[in-house]
Amino acid sequence: MKARVTVTLKSGVLDPQGKAIEGALRSLGVEGVASVRQGKVFDIEVESGDRAKTEALLKQAADKLLANTVIENYRVEVLG
Amino acid sequence: MKAAVLVFPGINRERDMARTLRLVSGREPAMVWHTEPELPAGTDLVVIPGGFSYGDYLRCGAIAARSPVMDAVRTFADRGGLVLAVCNGFQIACEAGLLPGVLMRNQNLRFICRDVYLRVETSNSPFTRGYNAGQVIKVPVAHGEGNYIADSETIARLEGEGRVVFRYSSPDGMVDPNWNHNGAINAIAGIVNERGNVLGMMPHPENHVEAAIGSTDGYDLFAGLTDHLAKAA
Repeated sequence: MKARVTVTLKSGVLDPQGKAIEGALRSLGVEGVASVRQGKVFDIEVESGDRAKTEALLKQAADKLLANTVIENYRVEVLG
Repeated sequence: MKAAVLVFPGINRERDMARTLRLVSGREPAMVWHTEPELPAGTDLVVIPGGFSYGDYLRCGAIAARSPVMDAVRTFADRGGLVLAVCNGFQIACEAGLLPGVLMRNQNLRFICRDVYLRVETSNSPFTRGYNAGQVIKVPVAHGEGNYIADSETIARLEGEGRVVFRYSSPDGMVDPNWNHNGAINAIAGIVNERGNVLGMMPHPENHVEAAIGSTDGYDLFAGLTDHLAKAA
């Protein structure tokens, strides 16, 4: 199964990279951007065909390694 | 002192660290590869050195923190063993859960490589017994992610329990945003764990131990540790 884990910074955590991107967009003349937060996307292929098992596995992967839950949130999506 | 210096792929400060340990303690440290499930018998100090373990992939220190040797380090620290974690080592220690908080990208987004001043906040630690509280030392930093943060509850605990050991300061010991190079919360440069046996710090005391370099301000950290371990033995 194909799946995706999206990791984003928790609100309130300063994101200097997002701020820099925000500034760059503004200087490129891309108008109307209120704010930018940078995150990470992991596209993962899982051997199992079982949806619940895949979700559990990805949750484990995110908790153990992909996200640092002190500063980050994550979202697991099974794409099928 | 029977020190073990951990070696991960991408680490590049382990030889500076080994040289300093040898110079100050007179004993050769063991170099321990990250796949080792155990530390050498009799180890009384574990050093997690600086560098760029796993190319800083994913998050600084994240992958190194999950290597087999870190399980051994966790057991060692749980038994009260001393762990000195410098720079990438500090990031690894945080990722491994040995220390609270996270080292984020420097506030100015630049890699900072320069000498900085640190105010020693306490001499009541095996790591700082060679200094006086309030003393200012000059040591180098070299990092892009040294901006320490933690949730407000953790920061309050660290401050309340006197676990902030080093703070970025001016040469005369004033804590001021202009001297807080990476934007760390409360200008935190180094902290210890609850038990006080694990120190994480971004600056590199191991690089200022010889007069030929221009400053020997890092020497007393290692001399204090050597002395502490000699007395404990």
